[in-house]
Amino acid sequence: MSLTLENVTQIVDGQYYINNANLTFESGSFNVLLGRTLSGKTSLMRLMAGLDKPTSGRVLVNGLDVSGVPVRKRNVSMVYQQFINYPSMTVFDNIASPLRLAKESEAVIKQKVIEISDMLQITPFLSRMPLELSGGQQQRTAMARALVKDADIILFDEPLVNLDYKLREELREEMRELFARRNTIAVYATTEANEALALGGTTTILHEGQIVQSGPTAETYHKPCNVIAATLFNEPPINMIPGRITKTEVTFDNTVHFPRTSELQSLQEGDYQFGIRPSHLSLLPKNDDDLEISVQVEVAEISGSETFLHVRNPHFEMVLHLSGVHNYTVDEKIKIYVPTHKLNVFHEDGNLIQACSRRVEDNYHG
Amino acid sequence: MNKKKTLGLSVYIIFLLLPIYWLLMMSFKSNSEILGGLSFWPDTFTFDNYMTIFTDPTWYTGYLNSIYYVALNMIITLTVALPAAYAFSRYNFMGDKHLFFWLLTNRMSPPAVFLLPFFQLYSSVGLFDTHIGVALAHCLFNVPLAVWILEGFMSGVPREIDETAYIDGYTFPKFFAKIFLPLIRSGIGVTAFFIFMFSWVELLLARTLTSVDAKPIAAVMTRTVSASGIDWGVLAAAGVLTILPGVVVIWFVRNHVAKGFALGRV
Repeated sequence: MSLTLENVTQIVDGQYYINNANLTFESGSFNVLLGRTLSGKTSLMRLMAGLDKPTSGRVLVNGLDVSGVPVRKRNVSMVYQQFINYPSMTVFDNIASPLRLAKESEAVIKQKVIEISDMLQITPFLSRMPLELSGGQQQRTAMARALVKDADIILFDEPLVNLDYKLREELREEMRELFARRNTIAVYATTEANEALALGGTTTILHEGQIVQSGPTAETYHKPCNVIAATLFNEPPINMIPGRITKTEVTFDNTVHFPRTSELQSLQEGDYQFGIRPSHLSLLPKNDDDLEISVQVEVAEISGSETFLHVRNPHFEMVLHLSGVHNYTVDEKIKIYVPTHKLNVFHEDGNLIQACSRRVEDNYHG
Repeated sequence: MNKKKTLGLSVYIIFLLLPIYWLLMMSFKSNSEILGGLSFWPDTFTFDNYMTIFTDPTWYTGYLNSIYYVALNMIITLTVALPAAYAFSRYNFMGDKHLFFWLLTNRMSPPAVFLLPFFQLYSSVGLFDTHIGVALAHCLFNVPLAVWILEGFMSGVPREIDETAYIDGYTFPKFFAKIFLPLIRSGIGVTAFFIFMFSWVELLLARTLTSVDAKPIAAVMTRTVSASGIDWGVLAAAGVLTILPGVVVIWFVRNHVAKGFALGRV
């Protein structure tokens, strides 16, 4: 079982929704589509499902072109961002509906529905109507309906967005378990880099209808192919600082410079962009080669037990991702430390030249 | 404050119900008492007026005719308007917005305008004085209204429900009947109510396009003038009986209408 998109382009009203997408997903894989809103995640999924037809290009399932096959005849299922259930049916009938249409016997239906609802912990609500449930339970019902038939392709279009934080974490954990034993192609769209990292599998980064990068999640994270990928696949977005490499030094501006490290030795002289993840910046020096920069605090954004500290100096702005709650007053002058060996170096046109060499465990929590 | 409110409300209700009360009282009085003088309660309570209506075929067939063509009209309108409204709500096609508006403009012309063409056309194709003829004539006004109301309700149902149903494997007719219609129940209730109201109350077309076989009750009522003068009591009883079907319909759809007024496009 495999799903392939071949030069798929979708143009609606003269606008490129999807621009020449090429992708292959194998069965048993968990694939994350990462991109901002309007980047084409939903469009791509709709093409995969067969809800829309590509303007050009082909969608292949097991090597067979399915572009013209109606969605009813394809073995796919889909979970939407909104909680989509049939309001006039009980939860049981909701989950059972794909099986009923597949003409399964009542005994089999009952057994399968109970099994899947046990897994998703909605068994006590089977006799209720969907609208009598909480949002999380409604979405679980929708997921159960998607999972109950053994679909070849299961599409999740930001299914957790409308849920509260706690529930989201919980369901996300379960998602991984649900798919561990399945031999289906799971595609999961999200806007959040952290979600992509938590779910693992492969990650495809989408931007303005184009596939920026696709590959195993860890690899995509560590080696973003260009500035866009690096920005999208980090929360908060990676800090980009324009700089210059000279014979002996790396300069961000007149005041901030440091000698070329061994990692940067091979690069030619010239202008570059340097990417540093917010989580790699710190308030205390950790290594000998840390670069000290004096900055002014713009705002300290506290999110749960984490702080996003926005700072600036005359030449660039940066965000620090700190654990714990930190209070700073505006315009307070502080010093931050940049681990120079963790710099990703990008060409001026945005393409990656050199990824940071030393991988550290805590990368994953970036 | 509370007293004032109660007083105001009472006055309002009295004014509202007075004509209906008067009609009801008249229907239980004899002609001589009606013409006699002011009385708030019948001296001699009589059901004769109602008996006249229920036993005289010229009277009760009027009711049957009216009910028959109104029911026909409701069935035709809903079967036509439901798919049309679905198409307007879900699909983009050439000129869809113009067509939608044009439909609505049909309601702007008074029924009298269509009197002559309908009369001439019906006479030549043999639809004159048939129930289906009147029902079809009323469709001209009811279908646009129904499409317009239903479209509002249908657009309130997320498109994703349709797609989920197709993904699950529903065929279109099955999805429409089993999933979609229950979702817009209120809308159908509201629509049925408005269709009924128009068709039941409309007199001009119904009277002109019929003569004997499909003559509506409203037309019968205008012909109670006889040599012995107007039969007031029977006329009042007929009036009461004309109100009743409306009451029954409102009773059935009252919850839907309330919800529909809150949600949809009425």
